[in-house]
Amino acid sequence: MDVKRRLTLGLLAAACLCTGLAQAEDKFITVASTTSTEQSGLFGYLLPMFEKKTGIQVRVVALGTGQALDTGRRGDADVVFVHDKAAEEKFVAEGFGVERKEVMYNDFVLIGPKADPAKIGGGKDILEALKKIDAAKAPFVSRGDKSGTHAAELRYWKAAGIDLEKTKGPWYKETGSGMGPALNTASSMNAYVLADRGTWLSFKNRGELTILVEGDQRLFNQYGVILVNPAKHAHIKKEMGQQFIDWVVSPEGQAAIAGYKIGGEQLFFPNAKK
Amino acid sequence: MGTLTESLATAFALIGAMDAKLAAIVLLSLRVSLTATLLATLVGLPIGATLAVGRFPGRQVIGVVLNGFMGLPPVVVGLLIYLLLSRAGPLGEYGLLFTPGAMIIAQTVLITPIIAALTRQVIEDSWREYQEQLRSLGATPLRASFTLLWDARFSLFTAVLAGFGRAAAEVGAVMIVGGNIDGVTRVMTTTIALETSKGDLPLALALGFILITLVLLLNTGVHVTRQWAVRRYG
Amino acid sequence: MTSGHESVFPLVLHGLSFSRNGQRIIDDVSLAIDARVRSVIIGANGAGKSVLMRLMHGLLRPTAGQITWCGREERPRQQAMVFQRPVMLRRSALGNVLYALQLAGMARPQRLEWARLALTRVGLAAVARRPARVLSGGEQQRLALARAWALEPQILFLDEPTASLDPGATAEVEVLIRNIADSGTKIVMTTHNLGQAKRLADEVIFLHRGRVVEYTPADEFFRKPRSTEAHAFMKGELPWM
Repeated sequence: MDVKRRLTLGLLAAACLCTGLAQAEDKFITVASTTSTEQSGLFGYLLPMFEKKTGIQVRVVALGTGQALDTGRRGDADVVFVHDKAAEEKFVAEGFGVERKEVMYNDFVLIGPKADPAKIGGGKDILEALKKIDAAKAPFVSRGDKSGTHAAELRYWKAAGIDLEKTKGPWYKETGSGMGPALNTASSMNAYVLADRGTWLSFKNRGELTILVEGDQRLFNQYGVILVNPAKHAHIKKEMGQQFIDWVVSPEGQAAIAGYKIGGEQLFFPNAKK
Repeated sequence: MGTLTESLATAFALIGAMDAKLAAIVLLSLRVSLTATLLATLVGLPIGATLAVGRFPGRQVIGVVLNGFMGLPPVVVGLLIYLLLSRAGPLGEYGLLFTPGAMIIAQTVLITPIIAALTRQVIEDSWREYQEQLRSLGATPLRASFTLLWDARFSLFTAVLAGFGRAAAEVGAVMIVGGNIDGVTRVMTTTIALETSKGDLPLALALGFILITLVLLLNTGVHVTRQWAVRRYG
Repeated sequence: MTSGHESVFPLVLHGLSFSRNGQRIIDDVSLAIDARVRSVIIGANGAGKSVLMRLMHGLLRPTAGQITWCGREERPRQQAMVFQRPVMLRRSALGNVLYALQLAGMARPQRLEWARLALTRVGLAAVARRPARVLSGGEQQRLALARAWALEPQILFLDEPTASLDPGATAEVEVLIRNIADSGTKIVMTTHNLGQAKRLADEVIFLHRGRVVEYTPADEFFRKPRSTEAHAFMKGELPWM
């Protein structure tokens, strides 16, 4: 029967395509990391070195810190690589991660319009700057997405003695998005925004925005790497995951991190404990 | 306007340079969406035909639900498939999350209702025309379904194309279940989203132009085929 | 070929009724139709001719009453129907006949031969490969007849087969109907064309408002109808229903 023959052929073709879907190579690990590390271009620079050395492909899923840790909890990633110390330690304490190791830090910068209505430009104190923004009710964009950057932002408001819930108003805009979209929003609204230096340096749609506050010790942003606990999820690729972690904190990996520059500027500063 | 002209220039430059990475992204997009369309067609055509020709209790309800599912938000489908395929979920053991396979599954789920509902429309019209004659000749409803599906094949092209268009254009589902992993699950739409979020608007727009062009080419192909078919078969 | 050797006749309608949307379209019809002669059902528009045919052919189910074929309730397969507008699939003329033969269960090697023969009998051999839907109205109706004839049915229903055709095509179709009848198939036909009825009928079933008012040999009916309704119909005085 003509039609039935066609259908059978169609099904066979579909089956062939589906088998093409099955993992061709098994030599890869899944790393849940943050949008800031991905968008800064660090992984694009770092991972080929690791792959060349070990033959292991590193597949990075870039999410917010909160989502990345959640992915680790579900066992959908082998390693997490994020920047929120408190959340990371909780992750390990709850038994989802094996051990937290510090890898590198970068810093946050406070970005704002050149016009600078809150007059914070050139300052070296992040808390003072936030107080001025709050007083002026100047437009401020927050990521609002439980990311490491968002968590840091909330810590600074609190440290400045500002109760966000009370003073929040139309001037404080939560975009619920990654660093890039938040910068886009700030650019189009000429608003202040807290960003990591890496994403800012590779961000191309700056408009009137520029760095207004930097260099405050409090703005340093620590990254940690954790192997997802194989005791919780049997399928975790623990040997390959551990290889990645070991390499990243090794002198070789640390040197590679220091070697990543945009426009001659170093983005990440390796500080793994020896 | 400046951004638009800059994007057009970037687009042509990218295509002209046959950028390997771009080629890989385009090929993956096509592979994912075309496979999803094929699978959705294999499932959707019989469902549509059954709803059009069959007479069984609940038929009307299923029809209404199906029409409603045409408007399934891609991001919701993505989330549901993510929960299914996650290691913590029921189908976790297959390790499909963050692979092109997951993207194909999500898009198939997304567009099957479209293809089924449009097929049902086409076959219902056909059935109205052919019903008495086919029954007179002794065709069972099942046999009649096959006959009508083949007979209406050129109209069904349009339904299949609508499904493909939806799949190729969506970003919500593939972003969540694929993870937009560089070199593995990065497709045109997720790349556009990424480049936009990095503020690289010209590149994002350039990719957008390429995507639109591909879909337009496909549409043209189907249109030409239909014109030929009408002349040939009446 | 599945044309059974057992006769399906007589076709008997027992107190058949059919209602739709609360309206009685066929009202308590009892008839016995035999194999031999050409039966033509006539009546005004809305009298229920098409519905009665569809009930007999099994396309509609009666709301009351029964149909038996040679005493059996089972609907036989050896029947075919030709509609006022021919319904053709998007295939060649040959393809449409092949489709019908395939449905009837004819083996593949025989089908092609048989289908070609059917087309030749109706004078369409030259357009065998042409898409059926681009043929003229008259050609399509002849194709429908070829398709029905190829099945070698014991009974052929025709519902106003020439109503949409020009006089030339009508004449061709009438010739074919005669040929089919001569080859042994029972003809049951409806028409609103009295001239055609006079030409083709051996017996007339006159339907008025869903009831069989007369069932008489044709020459009798046309010479001297027995009922007042038939009389009025012939005189063209029957009001629209």
